[in-house]
Amino acid sequence: MSKERIKISEDLYDIMPSDYQDLVKSATYGKEDRGWKDIGNSKELIEQHSLCAGCPESMAFRYILASLPNPEDTVMVGSTGCTSLVFPMVAVHNIHSLFGNQNAIASGLKRALSVRFPGRTKDVVVLAGDGATVDIGLDMTLQAWFRQEKFTTICFDNELYANTGGQESGLMQKGFVAKMAPVGKLFDKVRLPEIARESGCHYVVQCTVSKPSLIEKVVRNAVMISREIGPTYLQLYTPCILEIGKNSMEGLQEMRDSEKPTERFAYKEYISEPAKQLLAEMAAKDKEKKAAAKQLASQGA
Amino acid sequence: MGICLPNPGEAHINGVIVPEEKAYEEAAKQFLMAKVPTIFPGPLVLWAWNEKAAKKATAIRHLYNTLKECVQPGQTPMLIPMPDYRPKYPKINPEVEINPNHPNLTIWHNKIDCCMFVGVHCHQANLALKIIRGGTSCYTIAMCAQAGHEDAMLSFRDASVEKIMKLAEWVRKLKGTVQPRLTSAKSGASN
Repeated sequence: MSKERIKISEDLYDIMPSDYQDLVKSATYGKEDRGWKDIGNSKELIEQHSLCAGCPESMAFRYILASLPNPEDTVMVGSTGCTSLVFPMVAVHNIHSLFGNQNAIASGLKRALSVRFPGRTKDVVVLAGDGATVDIGLDMTLQAWFRQEKFTTICFDNELYANTGGQESGLMQKGFVAKMAPVGKLFDKVRLPEIARESGCHYVVQCTVSKPSLIEKVVRNAVMISREIGPTYLQLYTPCILEIGKNSMEGLQEMRDSEKPTERFAYKEYISEPAKQLLAEMAAKDKEKKAAAKQLASQGA
Repeated sequence: MGICLPNPGEAHINGVIVPEEKAYEEAAKQFLMAKVPTIFPGPLVLWAWNEKAAKKATAIRHLYNTLKECVQPGQTPMLIPMPDYRPKYPKINPEVEINPNHPNLTIWHNKIDCCMFVGVHCHQANLALKIIRGGTSCYTIAMCAQAGHEDAMLSFRDASVEKIMKLAEWVRKLKGTVQPRLTSAKSGASN
């Protein structure tokens, strides 16, 4: 959808609830340098979301939505899980897939958009939980990567099936006892970042969402690389505070504790050679742009 | 048997197919009889996604203004938007909007006894009309841009700027000839 279409009819403007007026007046659509810093002083992209109080997923959602480089031409594909409760509240086009087939849907969607809009950049971003990505949808996830489909896959890893009461998932850490998995996990956490690398992803990052600037960087990189080169994968730790026995305000600390160098969510990154080249080109362009802007500013002064 | 939808040039009133002209008259009467006649414009007209949508919005505003001019003291016409269809948490503000997943909240809160849907996608209009019909005694009118709605008590089809303007003309024409239901609590919206 072009941002020109996001206009309220003049004659009915006054009756529109303020949420929608804000969306038009303060949205960051069409702004090239949009980012996490827009959150708070521009329209936040989520209204009345349905996640639990203090849920790190809501932070992650905000950072990701604020960081998408091309939100007006982005379609997000969701799957069953806590994330699917939020998607109706998101100001970006989105599709809800069946549980696990999100990467298959995204493959078809990306191809269809390329045919339908050959002259326009259309981004597709999959955002699903660990159950959809690693357990139920692993086949579709991997096949999309094998086929080098050009879209980004983001996994919100909360290490269990949260909204059904805490069942064991493939990404759960070994030995963890959940409400619905009382024996404790007997196997290691699936090493999906490594599998993603071996399956053909050109950009793979595992991190927590404790640092908004980092999320902005990795989301932008992932989308740009998937647009030009091939599949990318982000695995973001978004702990379920309820299922791990924490309070609402403890989500951030939990992420900080889990991202220490020796912990399981220590920052992990893999970039393929073509992706490295692309990122270097992007950085050079950014540098040129900044230098030009600086020069212009100094001339003006 | 069910309700047959009208052919072009026709409308239906309580499931009976009638010439469109008859439906204008009946809709205008219902609006002028109601204590709280209300128009619910949906996303197809709230957003100026093309020129036609913007023109329809202008026509809807004209209809609302006409209603305000033509009702008697004690009647309070309303114009309440249905901006989108997502279920909202914890719930909508019934003073400022209507949501197809629980339209009865807005009907009850504002004591609306006659409403018209316009610019609402058919599948959502069907859902909302069913809930209103099942849970309230509000009279429902659909100004449908497609084939009409069997769940509305009165439905036009092929809605256009001209048709909305024509309904406004009928409201003006019947001004002062219809007795409003100001005292009858039973005929207002209820649960």
